[in-house]
Amino acid sequence: MDLTNQSWDNKTVYQAFGLNPIQGQLVMALAGNPNTGKSTVFNALTGLRQHTGNWPGKTVLKTEGTFTHKNTRILLVDLPGTYSLLATSADEQVARDFICLGRPDATIVVADATCLERNLNLVLQVLEISPKAVVCVNLMDEAARRKIRVDVKALSRELGVPCVPTTARDGVGLEELKDTILDVATGVIATAPRKVTYEPSVEEAASRLEAQISPFLPGWVNHRWVALRLLEGDMSMIKAICKQMDDNARKIVFKDGAAI
Amino acid sequence: MSRTIVPLSQLSNGASGRVAALNTNGRNRRHLLDLGLVTGSRVEAIRRSPAGDPAAFNIKGAIIALRSEVSDQILVSLD
Ligand SMILES: Nc1nc2c(ncn2[C@@H]2O[C@H](COP(=O)(O)OP(=O)(O)OP(=O)(O)O)[C@@H](O)[C@H]2O)c(=O)[nH]1
Ligand SMILES: [Mg+2]
Repeated sequence: MDLTNQSWDNKTVYQAFGLNPIQGQLVMALAGNPNTGKSTVFNALTGLRQHTGNWPGKTVLKTEGTFTHKNTRILLVDLPGTYSLLATSADEQVARDFICLGRPDATIVVADATCLERNLNLVLQVLEISPKAVVCVNLMDEAARRKIRVDVKALSRELGVPCVPTTARDGVGLEELKDTILDVATGVIATAPRKVTYEPSVEEAASRLEAQISPFLPGWVNHRWVALRLLEGDMSMIKAICKQMDDNARKIVFKDGAAI
Repeated sequence: MSRTIVPLSQLSNGASGRVAALNTNGRNRRHLLDLGLVTGSRVEAIRRSPAGDPAAFNIKGAIIALRSEVSDQILVSLD
């Protein structure tokens, strides 16, 4: 059975994450290290149009909100603050699953301008999964106060995705952020994220594994990334894949008109 | 030139060093790397909880608390 051409119903995917985007609404995610100003950005963009609950099956807080920019409706999801997407905690798993399986139209990574280096780990992890990303370099006021100058243009060039300087607490830079995320989501800005290259032995194993798994995971955003996690022996990824394959198998059975 | 290498758990408040090695593997190691504990990065002991454990460290600009069973696995060369 050829799974590669199976059409993927995005609405069903979002429902699995407890989201119900309306027709034509773009879905965007807000990721970042803890305490970088994600919620401040989220509140500034969505105002009072917010809803808080839990992720389905998880005791991790989920906040979603809506706003309209240039006549486009956007559903924004505030992900838990994490240093990593490699799923050692429930928070990381939620963030990872949403970026990897939820496949938002764009992901905004909020980074702290006063300690960019430590924030770039998560930025690179997001870029490794999804090219549709924008880095919001927040706390620019605090960086200036500490005499830290961030060359945002050079950073954008190095990362291959737009970086927007903001001071979210004072609302500075948010218009440019909104313009940029909309342009990335709609493809007006084409991103070309810096690719992380591993040792030749790892690269070789990853591409072999990638070729083997991709027919089985049609809805997954990035098979190379999944292959790398499997090489790491990431049990939570193996479980997520097993679950996904059951769902796929069920859909195929239904499509063929057979009863389960 | 030789430098003194000690487990991070041995650093007294205010002392700092650079990560020389991580004595752990797999997920644990990955987690420490994600916290910024890559070889060569600077770590400073900030304070200890009253019982002495966990202790807080400044790692690349974030204050992160580590239990001694974790900080025992991180070897640092003293500044
Ligand atoms: N100086 C300054 N402070 C900011 C800025 N943005 C946010 N803050 C402050 O930083 C603190 C943390 O902001 P939050 O928005 O709660 O950060 P967060 O990323 O949602 O935090 P977690 O959800 O706990 O990971 C708050 O006290 C904000 O007021 C900024 O641009 N400049
Ligand atoms: Mg928050």
